[in-house]
Amino acid sequence: MTESTTPEQSDVWDQRVASGLSFLRRRLSGAYDVDEFGFDRELTEGVLHPMLRVLQREWFRTEIIGAKYLPADGGALIVGNHSGTVALDALMLSIACHDESDGHRHLRLLGADFVFKLPGLSELARKSGATLACTADAERLLSGGDLVGVFPEGFKGVGKPFRDRYKLQRFGRGGFVSAALRTGVPIVPAAIVGAEEIYPLIGNIKPLARVLGTPYFPITPTFPWLGPLGMVPLPSKWLIEFGEPISTEELTDQADDPMVVFNLADQVRETIQTMVHALLERRPDPFAQ
Amino acid sequence: MATQAESGGAHRRPEVVLVTGVSRFLGAQVAASLATRSGVTQVVGLDPFPPHAEVEPLLAGSGVEVIQADLRASSEVIGDLGVEAVVHLAVVSSPDQTRGGRAAMKEQNVIGTMQLLAACQQATSLRRLVVRSSTAAYGASFRDPAVFTEDTEPREVPRGGYARDILDIEGYVRGFRRRRSDVTATVLRFAPFIGAAAETALLRYLARPTVPTVLGRDPRMQFVHVDDALEILERSVLESHPGTFNVAGPGVITLWQAIRRAGRIGVPVVEQALAASAATGRGPISHDQIDLFVHGRVVDITRLVREFGFTPRSTQDAFADFVRSHTAGALLTPERLAAAERSFLETIQRVRQEVTP
Repeated sequence: MTESTTPEQSDVWDQRVASGLSFLRRRLSGAYDVDEFGFDRELTEGVLHPMLRVLQREWFRTEIIGAKYLPADGGALIVGNHSGTVALDALMLSIACHDESDGHRHLRLLGADFVFKLPGLSELARKSGATLACTADAERLLSGGDLVGVFPEGFKGVGKPFRDRYKLQRFGRGGFVSAALRTGVPIVPAAIVGAEEIYPLIGNIKPLARVLGTPYFPITPTFPWLGPLGMVPLPSKWLIEFGEPISTEELTDQADDPMVVFNLADQVRETIQTMVHALLERRPDPFAQ
Repeated sequence: MATQAESGGAHRRPEVVLVTGVSRFLGAQVAASLATRSGVTQVVGLDPFPPHAEVEPLLAGSGVEVIQADLRASSEVIGDLGVEAVVHLAVVSSPDQTRGGRAAMKEQNVIGTMQLLAACQQATSLRRLVVRSSTAAYGASFRDPAVFTEDTEPREVPRGGYARDILDIEGYVRGFRRRRSDVTATVLRFAPFIGAAAETALLRYLARPTVPTVLGRDPRMQFVHVDDALEILERSVLESHPGTFNVAGPGVITLWQAIRRAGRIGVPVVEQALAASAATGRGPISHDQIDLFVHGRVVDITRLVREFGFTPRSTQDAFADFVRSHTAGALLTPERLAAAERSFLETIQRVRQEVTP
């Protein structure tokens, strides 16, 4: 304590110390709740979100557009474009949804099985509210009224070379569309610009990836040359836009019709691609302020 | 179910009941409790082993007739006594070194079930079959959904011996159902049992002062309180509930939460080291537990609640019951942590009062 400390300031510090200690005690005594998917709200809001917020606001200077399209309640499927070698875009989308939506809703991400195979990462993913991208989990979350985030491009999107940036890849089998149709929830397209430049993928050592069991082994201008420093994402300028929700209510009985599913998946993909192009026009250069 | 309705008396309580596995806690409890129910005139307990010391008094005064023989004898018992309901609880979840280890466990689980179901298939008097299964029936895979419903198919054959036995047992029951569609077959997939009196390998493991866990994993687990398991088992015998049901306490507890709530110390160990220890068969951990500790296991109980009109107490409450009765090995209890927090805050305040003029 310095001489200049006023009583009000010391009260603030008292409160901070007390709340920090009580957080630590709750964690150490297991006095917190986890939902059936493993989502740990206290840990997510208390530890993960503050870190993501710094990354999003200070490092990537993210602008968020169209948050009014995020529904305040009820299930909805947020579909985004995937890129960036490391799936930071998913985390940025999730903090954007939480901070900008009415009611501060948590985005429940659907991840590849690779994520759940890795020790450590799998638990971090579950605790932050993610679960495996499979029909059962997606439909359970959506019918429970949750906001679910999915990147149908999968590894084809995150692991694409830098020269293919902002070109949306194929949308898999359209499983996400069937899930939305079966549960009757709207699909909200989301375009993310900025993630492509954080780790520009200029090479991929496939044999090493095979040995490590990873989908690819990235070579970027800084990784692996600079060692751990190479893992710092480049500070690109980010824009995240949510588009007008696409209603699925009148199609609920056609969830098993592959034609309907493919057409809708294409429609979503084209919508996002158009939004991405428009956002790129707005952004003068990738590292603008 | 249509055949049930036609036979009219399907919902009548069975008069003669055969319970297997009465040498152990669950079987003895179910048998003793059924013997007191009105309408049930005779309860026969069948087990290849003599009753454990702690269940002996329970059986002695209950009027349960205990027959010590392997399950091949069930054919005569069912035929001679006109057994109407069979409750198959002679399913062992972990090897007992005093009873022949894993080889004997598999013999009892798989061959025993085959023999019992063969006898049941011949029995004209039989109307109801209740089989103890486990949520281990869903296997263990990284591509598993977070929550299993009864219709989820296992994606990978699990490592654990018990889980593999369970898959075999359920396979035999499926065959039995096809051949005897007139019998109401109830398969109960229990989450691991818990409670003050429950004794399982998993609970002994969690009761240790230090609990080895798999490094980088914090699996979601569920438990079912033994008292609730008994309630469901009895209702399955006395009422008619055909089908397969998950039986678990709603809610989830992660392994680390469980360890911390019980005041134990978790020790993360790489999976390979734990697997090597399990392979020796002598360590405290088994492949069944490693599967659980890596993948976790959560089930949906909607079907159970709808069919039985009964909701087991929550996993958290059931676990709290276990913690209350196992305080002996606890080191870092929530009470001690709270006391440490208070004294730390008081120290800060005292120091500051001394420092500030």
